Amino acid sequence: MTTTSDAPPTAVPGRSPVARRPKKAGARKGHLPTQVFLAVVAVLWIFPVGYALINSFRDYAYTSKNGYLSFGGFTLQNYRDAWEQANFSHTMLNSAIITIPAVLLTLFLSCCIAFVVARFSFKFNLALLATFTAANLLPPQALLIPVYRMFRAIEVPFWFSESGTLLNSYWGLIAVNVAFQTGFCAFVLSNYMKTLPREMYESAVVDGAGVARQFFTLTLPLCRPPLAALATLEVTWIYNEFFWATVLLQSGDKYPVTSSINNLRGQFFTDNNLVAAGSVVIALPTLIIFFLLQKQFVAGLTLGATKG
Amino acid sequence: MSKYKGIDQLSTVDRIVVSLMVLVPTVLVLWLVWLPAIGSVLLSFTNWDGIGPVSEAKMIGLKNYSDVVSIYPPFWPAVQHNLIWLGVMFLVATPFGMFLAVLLDRELRGTRIYQTAIYLPVVLSLALVGFIWQLIYSRDQGLINQVTGSTIDWYGDQRYNLWAALVASSWRHVGYVMLLYLAGLKGVDPSLREAAKVDGADERTTFFKVVFPVMAPINIIVLVVTVIESLRAFDLVWVINKGRNGLELISTLVTSNIVGEASRIGFGSAMATMMLLISSVFVVFYVRIVMREQR
Repeated sequence: MTTTSDAPPTAVPGRSPVARRPKKAGARKGHLPTQVFLAVVAVLWIFPVGYALINSFRDYAYTSKNGYLSFGGFTLQNYRDAWEQANFSHTMLNSAIITIPAVLLTLFLSCCIAFVVARFSFKFNLALLATFTAANLLPPQALLIPVYRMFRAIEVPFWFSESGTLLNSYWGLIAVNVAFQTGFCAFVLSNYMKTLPREMYESAVVDGAGVARQFFTLTLPLCRPPLAALATLEVTWIYNEFFWATVLLQSGDKYPVTSSINNLRGQFFTDNNLVAAGSVVIALPTLIIFFLLQKQFVAGLTLGATKG
Repeated sequence: MSKYKGIDQLSTVDRIVVSLMVLVPTVLVLWLVWLPAIGSVLLSFTNWDGIGPVSEAKMIGLKNYSDVVSIYPPFWPAVQHNLIWLGVMFLVATPFGMFLAVLLDRELRGTRIYQTAIYLPVVLSLALVGFIWQLIYSRDQGLINQVTGSTIDWYGDQRYNLWAALVASSWRHVGYVMLLYLAGLKGVDPSLREAAKVDGADERTTFFKVVFPVMAPINIIVLVVTVIESLRAFDLVWVINKGRNGLELISTLVTSNIVGEASRIGFGSAMATMMLLISSVFVVFYVRIVMREQR
């Protein structure tokens, strides 16, 4: 749900597409038109990113003279210029300052809620889960006025935020991100935790382990697979989050990478090759996740209601 | 879930720990999601100007709503744009993503590669999608104009910019829908297809009469995702031109009424409440489906 303003995290029944179904011999034959169609679509889909990648390496003077359909003029200068002009070392740091605590907090709080829902049969556990799940589907713009006004009115100590209020502070933005993402993660985790055998808690209780110890030493270590998938997904989503960062951090020097795109457009106005280089830099963290952790990413997206 | 007596007995410390585990996240979500949701609704019935204290605001009934629909010029274009957005996503992007999923589900040679290429845009933010497509749309250096020789400003011209944004947005939505459906299709019991085949049904009949109905929960989830995404579409148009000049959407009107120069809380919250009302219908659908699967 992403989010946010981005693709919303959603729970989906069904198995991960990574799983394969047994194949009959000969099933691959006689599908040439389908093959061609899929190949064409795949090329079309990869094209915008590929086009950005190629032109990011081309000299502006060369392309403006020979046009973009020409070939040649390769250089690395665009990256140097884009990095400097867009102040990427600064905005990347801001993104890290926001994304890392937000993901860790989201996962930790979701584990807490999921653990209670899965481990104890509270009457209201479904209602509780529904409250969280519904929360991450509401349009963020519809909640903007009260959040904005509240943040502006809440005064915090100077060491906590230089602005003196939650508006314009990293922690305010982190809290909003956590509040919006917790529902989806809690839902996925509680489904997973329900599949853990309840007998294992029995021996822990006999050994005199309290709830906190059961949570930290038994449940959390066993939840590594869904946590890995969710961490991958949440890093992508929170890094990509645009709306809240744009409206809650009004001073440009706190903007993370994604929100500073807006400033870049003006700066790079006349030079499309700079736009291309900037795009590649911005996409890089998510593309690395895409290529290295693809399985985790897809699993996270579709993990929802796999029931074990 | 059945009660398991032995391990559910809690000491005082345990009780405190469990309460904290529930309370901290719950308070956070109530404070930052549900309280603001109620706040938006209440504010929409007042004449608060955002300058004085809230306590001085007066209830003025539905005046904000009647003002929005009658004397606020960008409102109806925004509604129209949101509906067009929904129409394109629902009638073009979603079915196409579904179609691709069905083709990919046959697991022909190279399926993994095609699949990877098609969902690559899903990892990019919509803000970045708008930025990348500028390379194709820009008037002076964009690919389209370089190839065709036209001088249309695809992102700037009112006649075209909504459609340009929709192409970019669909590019991402198709991959997302494909991924969701592919997961759903893998979950369909293969023996159902076998049975249909034995009964002599061709592939098309099998899909529409057997597979599609079985995937009812996922169909509803995709429907809800499509509607909600169309309603809260924001990043892409905000990056293009902050939602002006042919790209007005309800979400951008709410935002520019709050953070812009003129802060009109009444207008903003009335539109915010409309968004909440529409989305809550679909959120209820979604939660019901998901909770049923949960049991």
